[in-house]
Amino acid sequence: MSRRHLWIALALTIGVVPARAETIEVTIDRLVFSPATVEAKVGDTIEWVNNDVFAHTATVKGEWEVMIPPKAKAGLVLKTVEAVDYFCRFHPNMKGRLTVTP
Amino acid sequence: MFTRHIAALATVLLMGTAPLAQAADKPTDPQIAHIAYTAGTIDIEAAKLAIKTSKTKEVVNFAKDMERDHEAVNKQALDLVKKLKVTPEDNATSQALSAAAKEERAKLAKLEGAAFDKAYIENEVAYHKQVNGALETVLIPSAQNAELKSLLETGLKIFQGHEQHAEHVAGMLK
Repeated sequence: MSRRHLWIALALTIGVVPARAETIEVTIDRLVFSPATVEAKVGDTIEWVNNDVFAHTATVKGEWEVMIPPKAKAGLVLKTVEAVDYFCRFHPNMKGRLTVTP
Repeated sequence: MFTRHIAALATVLLMGTAPLAQAADKPTDPQIAHIAYTAGTIDIEAAKLAIKTSKTKEVVNFAKDMERDHEAVNKQALDLVKKLKVTPEDNATSQALSAAAKEERAKLAKLEGAAFDKAYIENEVAYHKQVNGALETVLIPSAQNAELKSLLETGLKIFQGHEQHAEHVAGMLK
């Protein structure tokens, strides 16, 4: 391997080994996100666990949306540093907040 | 006496007037179950009409959401009354609700296009508001069985969500 390739490999290794990514669970029970507020890091996964018989979404207006079918789970890998309020598009009275740090 | 209170409840449901005072004679659990189920069925029928009639994506999608959620609530209600061995009991409020809904559907059936969309969504906002008022002031406080009360409370949250959703769709149509 050339010296240049070594440098690239090294750079990639350093870049790719941050703290271990976590999966953070948010349960939905009777139209409530719990916990309502989540703090996470880039690379973590949010997993919504829907215990309701109703379909829900986790929606950030104009940005992203995760569909969460009844009695099912849905995940989102966090790729962006952001602090956002999300809600369920079908039941906008369901609200959550997500803060993603580097 | 009882009939009068049921009539007053019907007035609250239909007119959306001031909350009914906490009456001594409250609807019974079998009547509450019947009223809640009827209220859900009415919205499912309105949704079916909208899915068939509307050409607007947002309106059709909203109607499909209503159909899906209310069918899910009503299925839970049926499962619960079966479990509790309660037979839903028809009553003046359910009958008044059904009569008003029939009238509303007849009105909607004559409309099409933007006029239909507007009338359907505005009625959805008003209807959910009325049912929420009845749930909060009469049905939930009157329910004796804890599981029925809990189902009604979940129903209230669903209906409140629908009211906001309907308001949002109404805003998009303007």
